[in-house]
Amino acid sequence: MAPNGMNPLDESGTSPLAGETILCPGDFSGLKAFESSFFDSLKRIGYDEGQIFAIRLAVEESIANGFRHGNDGDPAKTVTIAYAITATDLHISVEDQGTGFDPASVPDPTEDANLEIPSGRGLMLMRAYMTEVNVIPPGNRIEMHFRRDA
Amino acid sequence: MNPESAGLRVSEKNGITRVEFIEQNILDEENIQQIGEALGLLVDAQDTPRVLISFRDVAHLSSAALGALITVSNRVKSKGGELHLSDIDPKILEVFKITRLDRLFEIHETTAEGLSAFG
Repeated sequence: MAPNGMNPLDESGTSPLAGETILCPGDFSGLKAFESSFFDSLKRIGYDEGQIFAIRLAVEESIANGFRHGNDGDPAKTVTIAYAITATDLHISVEDQGTGFDPASVPDPTEDANLEIPSGRGLMLMRAYMTEVNVIPPGNRIEMHFRRDA
Repeated sequence: MNPESAGLRVSEKNGITRVEFIEQNILDEENIQQIGEALGLLVDAQDTPRVLISFRDVAHLSSAALGALITVSNRVKSKGGELHLSDIDPKILEVFKITRLDRLFEIHETTAEGLSAFG
């Protein structure tokens, strides 16, 4: 296991490249280090620019939501990311230390009446860009799946 | 908030304030807050704001950045001004379309088209 919590890269992509990272609020260098390592791995395994754009958007939204809404900005609470990448699939979970939320209670940001509201688009972007997104009850963990051929 | 320290390049010509992003990725929460504040000050400084925001070289953005843009748009509208967006990368334009914000913002392909759209 490498110091950053990642297994050595399996270039063949047949067994998953997996890792886990715990992010602290305001630790931008920790976030950048995770992102650099994670997105480099996707690139090396062969994910293309469009796929990485999609995954990046969804992952960054989920992390931001975890800190802002899940942990309610509590400086003592962390966000944990766990992922497994193969040549065909990415599975990633993002878990905060909050009490959770009911995804059905999030208003549809694309309705005309909500277009001018500045927040509430994170979850819909995750759903738009990933193959599958599940909010695990009580709602403090999001599991996302990206299939390259989807 | 100084626009440059928020990562913005601002210029003014013919009564139109042109804004460009210095950073390629508008994602960092802290940076977005600074951008929002700097844009807010620009809008507040004008009686009838006329603002063109160019996304040239911007490769990524987040929903928080969209939120900051919506706040700016609301402020411009409340002062009877005009806000136009231009030079948006196709992948980012897709984000505007998915969120249906292409209906809220006036989006133009090029800076020249954006400039000529002001009434």
